[in-house]
Amino acid sequence: MTESGTVTGPRAVTEPEPGAVIETRGLTKRYRGGQLAVDGLDLSVPGGSIFGFLGPNGSGKTTTIRMLMGLIDPTSGTARLLGHPVPAAARTVLPQVGALIEGPALYGFLSGRDNLLRYDSADPTADPRTRRARVGQALDRVGLAAAAGKKARAYSLGMKQRLGLAAALLQPRRLLVLDEPTNGLDPQGMREIRTLVRELAADGTTVFLSSHLLDEIEQVCTHAAVMAGGRLIVQGPVAELAAGARGRLAVTTPDPGDAARVLKELGVTGITADGDRVSAEAPPGDVELADLSAALVHAGVRLRSFGVERASLEDAFVALTGEGFDVAG
Amino acid sequence: MSQAEAAVAGAGRATSPLWTFGILRSELTTMLRRWRTLALLGVLAAVPVLIGIAVRIETGDGSSPGPGGGGGGPAFLSQVTNNGLFLVFAALAVTLPVFLPMAVGVVAGDSVAGEANAGTLRYLLVAPAGRTRLLLTKYASVLLFCLVATLVVALSALVVGLLLFPAGEVTTISGTRIGFGEGLLRAGLIAVVVAASLTGFAAIGLFVSTLTGSGIAAMAATVGLLITVQIVDGIPQLSAMHPYLFPHYWMSYADLLRAPVYWDEVVKNLGLQGLYAAVFGSAAWARFTTKDITD
Ligand SMILES: Nc1ncnc2c1ncn2[C@@H]1O[C@H](COP(=O)(O)OP(=O)(O)OP(=O)(O)O)[C@@H](O)[C@H]1O
Ligand SMILES: [Mg+2]
Repeated sequence: MTESGTVTGPRAVTEPEPGAVIETRGLTKRYRGGQLAVDGLDLSVPGGSIFGFLGPNGSGKTTTIRMLMGLIDPTSGTARLLGHPVPAAARTVLPQVGALIEGPALYGFLSGRDNLLRYDSADPTADPRTRRARVGQALDRVGLAAAAGKKARAYSLGMKQRLGLAAALLQPRRLLVLDEPTNGLDPQGMREIRTLVRELAADGTTVFLSSHLLDEIEQVCTHAAVMAGGRLIVQGPVAELAAGARGRLAVTTPDPGDAARVLKELGVTGITADGDRVSAEAPPGDVELADLSAALVHAGVRLRSFGVERASLEDAFVALTGEGFDVAG
Repeated sequence: MSQAEAAVAGAGRATSPLWTFGILRSELTTMLRRWRTLALLGVLAAVPVLIGIAVRIETGDGSSPGPGGGGGGPAFLSQVTNNGLFLVFAALAVTLPVFLPMAVGVVAGDSVAGEANAGTLRYLLVAPAGRTRLLLTKYASVLLFCLVATLVVALSALVVGLLLFPAGEVTTISGTRIGFGEGLLRAGLIAVVVAASLTGFAAIGLFVSTLTGSGIAAMAATVGLLITVQIVDGIPQLSAMHPYLFPHYWMSYADLLRAPVYWDEVVKNLGLQGLYAAVFGSAAWARFTTKDITD
């Protein structure tokens, strides 16, 4: 990703947003009842990014999004959206933001199209003369054109999710905030959403995407932040995050005991053996892998395979939190 | 809608003051397309039909119904056989204490809480509808429902009355006679005053609706409150409170059938409704504009 500096002159659609599109400082939310849901969040979402907001259930993702969209007031801290403070300037900035929050919500007795017409007419900046056309385009975009006349009550979960997405796409947006957008979608639907997200990002829209699915984030996002227990653990470009966690050295051998002993003598740490598979923390960068394999062979360890497995975001997460990807408290 | 396709891409973001009414139109059509709204209006339309048929059957032999006729207020019911127009007044007298406000309570109680319950509220707010704008829209649509509900009763009664009974000059409560046309005008005025009588209670319903995220709870609380206040209004020992209760002057609309019209209590009623609307409207606003929307 290349960051553009200050942009002068009229902003073309394809140019990435200058500066941070979402910026929070010490953002904190304690719900009535005492639950501290978000704790001192300093988030910075660069313009033009596809930003993955990652965290296990209950880590405060939706709470953060609610604060960004002006639905709830922060207990302390500040948030800026597209350069404007929220919730103070929410009505100025929200027409440029499309959102899917905690799943879609629809009027069951209205058709899909009428649902979108209603949401569009709630936006005072939406031109009623182009309303029908824009609704039609949004329906097309999420693949619902054929079911547009059907009552939303009769929609499947995935169709409802698509209609919710369509509502976020009623206008050209500078920012899309999508809370678990692939919830309830079939694999084909998930792929379509990923493609859609990439298309939108290519048009210059910044996409902020929350998920608890690591591979989803890894596949589509340029940047990510990891939440746990209401706190931000880390944020940055996905490539850097994954690189931050060292990969694992993996050795497959019929002589696992010998292999483990030799590796230990060579100063390799975190060795575990499981059947014919020995794995260990990847050695620091100054150790030549070829020397390790030569030493093993020299000690008479027969090797079936030898190599370093690339770290995934999941490894990064485990390395950062020291625990698995489970619900905390 | 023909040139709609044209300006899609480069749509500007200036807010035209007129576009803001789009949400009101959307609110009204959405309200009137709810199955529940239609059911309530259907019940209200049926009440005059039932009264009309009952009076017709009871007086099939040509005699007028018993003297105890009018359940509420003056004995409109006993006049129905002479003049079908009186079915309008009788039907309003029958529905005003319970049916009409109950319907209003259901619609008002559900107005915000029902959207919160369905989750649609958060999408209206991020559209962004604006909290004050949305609340005003909700109140405006509930007020319109008050008028529509009253007119449904009145028109249904008028049609049934004219079908089953003779029409002609109207005898006022004061005993003088006015022409049918003037009687019809008075009926229209009365319908508007009856609708206005419901505005205070509508504001209470709106306020209750901002307190909870459950549409059912808000409807039940609003209707429960109505019944409680009606009971209190009927207990003579509590008469000191009565002038401050929102239903106390509801039946004053009958004064519009006097000659000359007696305005005192009608004005008191409207003033009281305005007071309730101001107090509970402000409370609803204070609550709704600061509320955490987490549903
Ligand atoms: N309305 C509420 N009132 C009180 N506590 C709440 C409320 N909503 C959420 N919480 C609490 O706040 C914490 C964070 O919840 P939040 O919904 O933000 O998590 P999340 O990261 O979106 O989780 P998920 O992946 O399950 O959607 C949780 O402990 C939750 O119990
Ligand atoms: Mg969530």
